[in-house]
Amino acid sequence: MSANANRPQLVVASGARLGASKPAPSVIVPLKRPKDSRWAFLRPMFVSWLTNILPPLIVLAAGLIVWELACSSPKSSLPAPSKIWTDSRDLIVDPFFVAGPQDIGLGLRVLTSLERVAIGFGLSAVAGVLLGALVGQSVWAMRGLDPIFQILRTVPPLAWLPISLAAFRDANPSAIFVIFITAIWPIIINTAVGIRNIPQDYRNVAAVLRLNPIEFFWRIMIPSAAPYIFTGLRIGIGLSWLAIVAAEMLTGGVGIGFFIWDAWNSSRLSDIVVALAYIGIVGFILDRIVAAVGHVATRGTQAS
Amino acid sequence: MIAPVEPRSHTLEMPFAAGRSFLKVDRISKSFSRGSATTEVLREVSLGIEKGEFVSIIGHSGCGKSTLLNLVAGLTQVSHGAILLEDHEVNAPGPERAVVFQNHSLLPWLTVYENVALAVDKVFGSRKPRAERRAWVMHNLELVQMAHAKDKRPAEISGGMKQRVGIARALSMEPKVLLLDEPFGALDALTRAHLQDSVMQIHARLGNTVIMITHDVDEAVLLSDRIVMMTNGPAATIGEILDVQLPRPRRRLELVAHPIYLAMREAVLKFLYERHAQPALLAAE
Ligand SMILES: Nc1ncnc2c1ncn2[C@@H]1O[C@H](COP(=O)(O)OP(=O)(O)OP(=O)(O)O)[C@@H](O)[C@H]1O
Ligand SMILES: [Mg+2]
Repeated sequence: MSANANRPQLVVASGARLGASKPAPSVIVPLKRPKDSRWAFLRPMFVSWLTNILPPLIVLAAGLIVWELACSSPKSSLPAPSKIWTDSRDLIVDPFFVAGPQDIGLGLRVLTSLERVAIGFGLSAVAGVLLGALVGQSVWAMRGLDPIFQILRTVPPLAWLPISLAAFRDANPSAIFVIFITAIWPIIINTAVGIRNIPQDYRNVAAVLRLNPIEFFWRIMIPSAAPYIFTGLRIGIGLSWLAIVAAEMLTGGVGIGFFIWDAWNSSRLSDIVVALAYIGIVGFILDRIVAAVGHVATRGTQAS
Repeated sequence: MIAPVEPRSHTLEMPFAAGRSFLKVDRISKSFSRGSATTEVLREVSLGIEKGEFVSIIGHSGCGKSTLLNLVAGLTQVSHGAILLEDHEVNAPGPERAVVFQNHSLLPWLTVYENVALAVDKVFGSRKPRAERRAWVMHNLELVQMAHAKDKRPAEISGGMKQRVGIARALSMEPKVLLLDEPFGALDALTRAHLQDSVMQIHARLGNTVIMITHDVDEAVLLSDRIVMMTNGPAATIGEILDVQLPRPRRRLELVAHPIYLAMREAVLKFLYERHAQPALLAAE
């Protein structure tokens, strides 16, 4: 944490205090320079572990204890952590087991859901950036499309499901469509803002060089709007993950969403709790991945 | 001094002025309208520039210097009149009229090399092989002494260095006219002097036609063949044009006490601070 932590320091040990009758002479005590240990480099890692990882662990442990106490009576309607452990141990310890067509590890279920998210989100990223570029670049496209986008984006993801089931007549493309339509709005809107914020200077440079629209898109628009685009993508991936679970509950299949629905129908509450933990952790990882990609991709795009 | 002139539309079929200049600004006017309000920024500006000439434009802030330069660059369109470069009308921006903007406007996500290469690849992409283009980028960076920083990003170099790269980028397009909009405005005096010397050397070597906007009287006198002094806006026009008959090559230290230099300096200062001190004075005339 502190840059001074390893430096030898002088400490002034003074006996003098206000009102002290006999002030003792000040003594200067040089501290020994700490020996450069081979493990010295571990210190900052340890400190960061202590400050970042430990607090949530403590809160988690406390939460588990409170939960255990609250649900420990046999009449409790929800399972306590210890009961979840005994009920669903196979789901917790082995994410990738295969014991039958509908009896597979949660890791595998998450992967099927992720595949749908990858397709739906990938499509919405491409379409969203292109539409956003159009809306950001053209005043008329904005006047025509923006009000419609603003209305459509408030429609909850699941409201699209019946329509898309009717259109595609198949569960899998319907679920993918729901992802697509959920994730696309923040991507469009953020991209459009990013394009509108391209400094006039960059546009002038492009004009003097006579860049054609495709060159302008790749050389100026995308790099300049990248921070905005990645903000949109990050919101989009979060929304997709919210939508996939709900969509799978209704469309069936082997995804994590359907697993929850199935577990509810057969009253396996412990399994549901484990699945929730999986969903939360995967969603968190997805968010971090997009954030990290954005961090790398937008290095150096800030104007100086 | 300035007779009020009725703005009138001008057609290309009736070319104004007798001389056939390399670059001809022919009675142009420029108005901006926002809603119902229209402001005339430039009125009836005419100017002819010969090939290889170095012309400075000086005038008070907000009088319309950048507007004039942007019109020559083709970034904005004239309201009346025409601009002709080698007898072709200017109505769109292009690399034959390269601009060095006041705030460098390098693309921050590209390195110094890539910023210049973007221009070179675009302008010479179809005409020169790859290796030759690479060499041409490096040649232009060496011209402004920036080859050593070719892999740095704009955020990692100083303001003066950014301006150098901006100049290299403009030069690399081999423009017919080089347009400089207060290229050294944001720099300290020392860096400024250094870059002025660089620009003078490059101009002596390549013989480019240059139009430079400046606020700095010494800079104008030191660098220019002619100094165009603009009246105050709105509806600004050219008040006076000064021929700087100092021999080249010019050296800053030798000029300080040169009688022509001092006379030129005085003439520009008088124009700016006596005759066109404030817009209010002009209105009273
Ligand atoms: N796009 C525009 N729309 C409306 N008015 C404009 C526009 N561009 C410039 N103007 C007006 O034109 C006038 C001249 O502006 P310009 O930028 O050319 O001044 P300048 O001489 O370059 O000033 P400075 O020395 O401060 O750069 C200003 O009053 C400005 O308000
Ligand atoms: Mg200006």
